[in-house]
Amino acid sequence: MIWSLLLIPAAAAAASLIIRGSLARRVVLVAAAAGHTAVTLAAWTARPKPLLNGWLLLDDPGLLFLTITSLLFLACSIYAFGYLAGDPGGKQQDFVEGLLFTNAPQAIFCACLLAFLATMTLVTLCQHFGLLWVAMEATTLASAPLIYYHRHRRSLEATWKYLLICSVGIALALLGNFFLVVAASNPGTAGKSIVLSVLIENGQALDVPWLKAAFLFFLVGYGTKLGLAPLHTWLPDAHSESPSVVSALLSGALLNCAFLGILRSYQVCAAAGEADFCRGLFVLFGLVSIGWAAVFMLGQADFKRLLAYSSVEHVGIMALGVGIGADAVFGSMFHAVNHSLTKAMLFLAAGNILAVYKTKSVGKVSGVLTVMPATGMLWTAGFLAVTGIPPFGIFLSKFTIAKAMIDQGKTGLAAAFLALLALIFAAMSSVVLNMVHGRKSAEAGAGAKPASLLELLPPAALGAATLLLGLYIPPAVSRLLHGVAAAFGGR
Amino acid sequence: MTILLKLLNTAAGLAFAPLLIGVINRTKAWCAGRTGPPLLQPYHDLRKLFRKGAVYSESSSWILRAGPVVGLSAVVTAATIIPFGGLPVLLSFNGDLILFAYLFGLARFFTILMALDSGSSFEGMGASREAAFSALAEPVLLLTLAVIAKYTGQISFSKIFPAIDFGYWPKAGPAFVLIGLALLIVFLAENARIPVDDPNTHLELTMIHEAMVLDHSGPDLGMIHYAAAVKMWLLGALLTQIIVPVRGGGRLADVAAALLAMMLLAAVVGLIESSMARLRLQRVPQLLVGAAALSILAAILV
Amino acid sequence: MTNSVDILMITLVLANLALLGISRLNTCIRIVAAQGIALGLLPLALNGWRPGWHLILFSLLLIGLKGIVFPAILVKTLRDLKTSREIEPFIGYGASIAAGAVALVVCMWLGSRLPRPVDVSSSLLVPVALFTIMSGFLLIISRKKALTQVLGYLVLENGIFAFGVALVEEQPFLVEIGILLDVFAAVFIMGIAIFHINREFDHIDTDKLSNLRT
Repeated sequence: MIWSLLLIPAAAAAASLIIRGSLARRVVLVAAAAGHTAVTLAAWTARPKPLLNGWLLLDDPGLLFLTITSLLFLACSIYAFGYLAGDPGGKQQDFVEGLLFTNAPQAIFCACLLAFLATMTLVTLCQHFGLLWVAMEATTLASAPLIYYHRHRRSLEATWKYLLICSVGIALALLGNFFLVVAASNPGTAGKSIVLSVLIENGQALDVPWLKAAFLFFLVGYGTKLGLAPLHTWLPDAHSESPSVVSALLSGALLNCAFLGILRSYQVCAAAGEADFCRGLFVLFGLVSIGWAAVFMLGQADFKRLLAYSSVEHVGIMALGVGIGADAVFGSMFHAVNHSLTKAMLFLAAGNILAVYKTKSVGKVSGVLTVMPATGMLWTAGFLAVTGIPPFGIFLSKFTIAKAMIDQGKTGLAAAFLALLALIFAAMSSVVLNMVHGRKSAEAGAGAKPASLLELLPPAALGAATLLLGLYIPPAVSRLLHGVAAAFGGR
Repeated sequence: MTILLKLLNTAAGLAFAPLLIGVINRTKAWCAGRTGPPLLQPYHDLRKLFRKGAVYSESSSWILRAGPVVGLSAVVTAATIIPFGGLPVLLSFNGDLILFAYLFGLARFFTILMALDSGSSFEGMGASREAAFSALAEPVLLLTLAVIAKYTGQISFSKIFPAIDFGYWPKAGPAFVLIGLALLIVFLAENARIPVDDPNTHLELTMIHEAMVLDHSGPDLGMIHYAAAVKMWLLGALLTQIIVPVRGGGRLADVAAALLAMMLLAAVVGLIESSMARLRLQRVPQLLVGAAALSILAAILV
Repeated sequence: MTNSVDILMITLVLANLALLGISRLNTCIRIVAAQGIALGLLPLALNGWRPGWHLILFSLLLIGLKGIVFPAILVKTLRDLKTSREIEPFIGYGASIAAGAVALVVCMWLGSRLPRPVDVSSSLLVPVALFTIMSGFLLIISRKKALTQVLGYLVLENGIFAFGVALVEEQPFLVEIGILLDVFAAVFIMGIAIFHINREFDHIDTDKLSNLRT
């Protein structure tokens, strides 16, 4: 069954390169997404058997992140169906600078989307650190052409930054890989195997200095991909210049996969007894990320960049949660789920707004609730969800993390955490509320047409999911989340 | 007997130095398809210069007259320190390496002073360039001396050179190749050869070393040219005896082999000069820093 | 002291120093190719030149990819551009070489301080790998042309690979192939990106790619 998880998107990617008709290609895209989701949901009932001598295995964390990725991709592919259909083709005029540009061929777009899904699936399945590295680099390479969909200078600049910074980061993670092998070379370990289960089993026999160096390189290397400050410099550019579908996937799915890479190495360190060292680093990077994001969200003039910095903030919260330990790890994993759903919803709604208003500048957008009521409601609901207003899911996760901090007596840390969150709420609310209320601005004139179902249904479904999770966590989901938290040193 | 040999050591250098320049010029002419000047032409030029009278500017002081003398005496003193062809040296003590490098520094200092003293702007320009480039070349020379001192464990030329033989190749071959390259670059830089400086240029704006002696004539110019030739000989002796330490064939054969190596070095320099153009002035510091990096690497390896 | 591993390490160091000081892009690409070939010979040299099918295949693959294919992609990209030289970098060439020399000394010191990993035959291996990584970083951050940044990335990969080859003799073949394929795809895509950058901007000066701010 694991083969089908990988083969469905890979074969569909190859097919979409060959298929000529636009409609057929889009149908293949949605069908592949649906098939992938079906197999993933089937895996909830019966875990598939491991492959390649235990190198590919679906354990609890893998299943969680795979499900998030798959559901998100399904929603985005449905949105993309309508998005690609509405693409006028030929030369278009750029919103910001008025340049003429074309879009990339849709065949490449669809093929890269599906390849992206395949590589992310591989990341969630990998138990061997070397193969994990290969999959991570492959996600970078598969997603770079996606950022360069609108072929103009700004997206090219964003693509170049993304390619270079993420490749350099992942190269550092390769060095971490080699250090890990050296750490596993002590006598008493089962050879120099770097399969996760073997490393955890022989945790006490690992060489500690080399292991700590390896973790550091993994943190910095995969942290670049994750978007931890100060390694996040590619994130705002890439998320703001790519199409909303791609931004949603980058924020919702790719960041999670990068986080999984770091967490795998954290598991090995914990098995070797170095969990405190790792947790301190997680708290440090998490807090810096939240602070950095807060500073850059104040007075932000571009609403897609605002969402990108919000992603940096939430990544910081997830890292902080794992760093605190105990209940906060559960909160962090729950946060991962809800953040993906909410951020994707926000990006898709932002895409709708962009299509009508034709500007990314906050000052020029107003009156969204009057011009596009459905999208306006989704945008506002998304804002409330992502800043942690009950009854949405993110409130629960942030509350859990803060409570765990206070339980451990780290009241100073909790106070700083809550203060930064309040700052972010203030920054975001000023932007969002200015956009949705008020009179219809001039930019909205010509483009307002009734929003199609394909544009509204995916974000609405994602929003409903996060609302549902905030009110009631199904027992199966709760069991899985607790299992994942236990794997990462929590409860 | 040994005192004769020591004097022969110094005398060989002093006598054969202008021949090097003759060989270089002849090689360049041969590469260009000409016959070129006779091999002994530099000797004739020196004889002509020493018979002439000198003209001194009224705005110059005693430094203009003292510069060539100090330069020549510094270089001749250096010739008494460095052994050649296995012959014993006149002067030797621990640390004479440093004296060797700083005798060149003394000569250079007085050359720069006398160039500034002449009051001509071309000479001042040449002096500033010379100061800048030798500031980069001197550390390279000292580093290479440090490398051979570290390799042999001695700090006097008279003990270092006998300790270097062809056995260095398996032991520290790469390091010696690197310092050979670095020393070659220093050789070209200190002796005003292409690619650092064109000795045949007649455009003052492109000169470095030649510009500094524009206002000298007669015996002074003769002394300057002769000192430059002896400096070339000394640096060449350092380079060839480190890279091709021929030993053990008896005294006459050793000296003959060393002489042959020097002439070969002169021919190589002639070939380099014929095949390259001079570097832009901005690139010369990069070349010298590159040489410094090579010698640092050699120091690490040895 | 002088064995083939040492000679290969010295070649790596000389290539790094040369890259730091040379501005002609064509020459820089060929130097990276030479470095790749030296790196490709390293697994064989570490094993004492004893032939074994796995090693020979791996060496050939490394030499082919790093010594031939990557430089070929970059030379082809360079041919489409109008430029042939790097423009004055943020750290000048002379200063770059000096910084490289200082970095070499620092890496030698660091290499002696690190706990020695299991059975490393040459004492130069760890410091030179570290130095190559540092040179790669220096190239990426101080150069303005996108092509030189890709060269810096290749040098970084070379350094990390030198570590890997030295420390990890028994990495499963599949992973080695995967790593090489990934780097190949990365260079390929970067080459395409540079082509697009040149077409879009008429230059590949990344210092001018500064439209996107805060």
